[in-house]
Amino acid sequence: MLKIKNINTFYGQAQALKNVSLHLTEGEIVTLIGANGAGKTTLLNSLSGVVPPRSGEIFFNNIRINNLAVHQIVRMGISQVPEGRQVFKPISVEDNLELGAYLKHKMLGGGDEVKRNKEMVYDLFPILRERRKQLAGTLSGGEQQMLAIGRSFMARPKLMLLDEPSMGLAPMVTQEIFRVIENLSKEKKTTVLLVEQNARAALKMANRGYVLENGRLILEGTAGELLENKDVQRAYLGKDKKEIWER
Amino acid sequence: MRFFSRQRHAVRSLKLNMITEKKRQILIFLIFAAAVLAAPYFLKGNYLLNVFVFVGINTMLAIGLNLLLGYAGQISLGHAAFFGMGAYISGIITARFPVDPFLVMILAATIAGALAFVIGSPILKLKGHYLAMATMGFGIIMYIIFNETVDWTGGPSGLSGIPNLHIGSLIFDNDLNNYYLVWLSTLAVMLLSINLSQSRIGRALRAINDSEVAARVMGVNARILKVRIFTVSAVISAVAGSLYAHIMTFIAPASFGFNFSVELLTMVVVGGLGSIYGSFLGAAILTMLPELLRVFQDLDIIIYGLMLILMTMFMPGGLISGIEAAAGFIAARMKGTKDSDAQA
Repeated sequence: MLKIKNINTFYGQAQALKNVSLHLTEGEIVTLIGANGAGKTTLLNSLSGVVPPRSGEIFFNNIRINNLAVHQIVRMGISQVPEGRQVFKPISVEDNLELGAYLKHKMLGGGDEVKRNKEMVYDLFPILRERRKQLAGTLSGGEQQMLAIGRSFMARPKLMLLDEPSMGLAPMVTQEIFRVIENLSKEKKTTVLLVEQNARAALKMANRGYVLENGRLILEGTAGELLENKDVQRAYLGKDKKEIWER
Repeated sequence: MRFFSRQRHAVRSLKLNMITEKKRQILIFLIFAAAVLAAPYFLKGNYLLNVFVFVGINTMLAIGLNLLLGYAGQISLGHAAFFGMGAYISGIITARFPVDPFLVMILAATIAGALAFVIGSPILKLKGHYLAMATMGFGIIMYIIFNETVDWTGGPSGLSGIPNLHIGSLIFDNDLNNYYLVWLSTLAVMLLSINLSQSRIGRALRAINDSEVAARVMGVNARILKVRIFTVSAVISAVAGSLYAHIMTFIAPASFGFNFSVELLTMVVVGGLGSIYGSFLGAAILTMLPELLRVFQDLDIIIYGLMLILMTMFMPGGLISGIEAAAGFIAARMKGTKDSDAQA
């Protein structure tokens, strides 16, 4: 479904991604783990076109997308949930969701599908229905994250890019968010590329994973393999060296 | 079962809310329009009628700038230039050739719009101070052009002999006729603006205002949308300029300089960013204020600057938000006393 071939992305002079290649098959949840500054967010931004790669190729359903504008990429069915939520704070919850369907409105004339999608989002996150008239800035962090995911889902993407959905949230709320992500993947047939700091939770849910270090992909495998991998355990799952080698 | 009925109820109340919001907007507009159209009856033969003609023109300009600044969050310190372009294109052509001034008005609006589109594409990539500087530069360049092309514009001494507008035998040469000419146009611009703010595009503009990157990943083509709203805003300003030229029958570059751009900005901010009636309020106050500030002579620009600073410090939502807050407070107090009365 998605194929990334040898992309290199720069911020000015600084190279953030070095020859990164990865792929996603339809229906998968794939997680990207790595330390701060490893290039996880950059990879998502390269995909969505916010920071286009300087070289390399990205194919989505066999169509080359790395030279398209951001809104064209959204139209292809890739939708990003940006890091730190980025909901539109001075706008009501409902209008935030409507904004997620910005392109859908254009294609369908605002019709019933948008309304149906909105109801679907409200069913996924019932709290949003309660708060639909409130300004998004007045929501709690968890609710804002739910709104950001819901807003992204309003575009009915084929592929969702989730950037650290658990950032700054209470463990209970994180669980709730992860449950919905799983639901989006299993029941709504959305492919998910998930960037997470919480590597253990992400790997438990994902089918496969990639490990990014200093802009390079250093490891890939099924989620199970990565969970068992000694290096991953030591670096990202918080197990002590001693614990692993002296057992 | 109960779950479903609750859900349906939610949907219905949602629809109800949407309808009432739109109805509310239209109702307020109708009341405002009725008040505006009835006002000359009370101001007959009054000097104020003349002042309100210019309040109307300034309201139109402020709403135009508000679309850009209040909704899309893009600053322009060069809007007087579009106002001037409208005035000069209309003035120069109609003073020399016997053509239909309304056709020239359309031509002026088209040229201003086209120019806005062309310069908007590169300029609106800039943000914050850089955008302010670029638009300011544009305004100053246009001001210099108005001043230096003496053969066309008459230079600093101005351009006279611009005919009044007329439809058939109805000539717009007195305050009453001008009042209706200006205010009917302004009401049309208001309606357009209300309509836009309630639409998908309006939502997208507010999203750009809050976070451009987030708006872009929602699929909003921010670049094009910003250029378009800049163009619409320039067209509105140019139409206001044409009306101004035909009403004054004399124009000089001093009316279209940097100071006037700042004045427009002050109108929008003092009235309330993103509020249509706020723009009216700001325009009304800043049109009447110079009469009161005459004692300060050229220091009036300092007063405007001071107003801007004080407003952004103490009432960032503008006067309109202050009024809304006060009304809410009074309503709550009255409701409170009523409740306590009922209890007693």
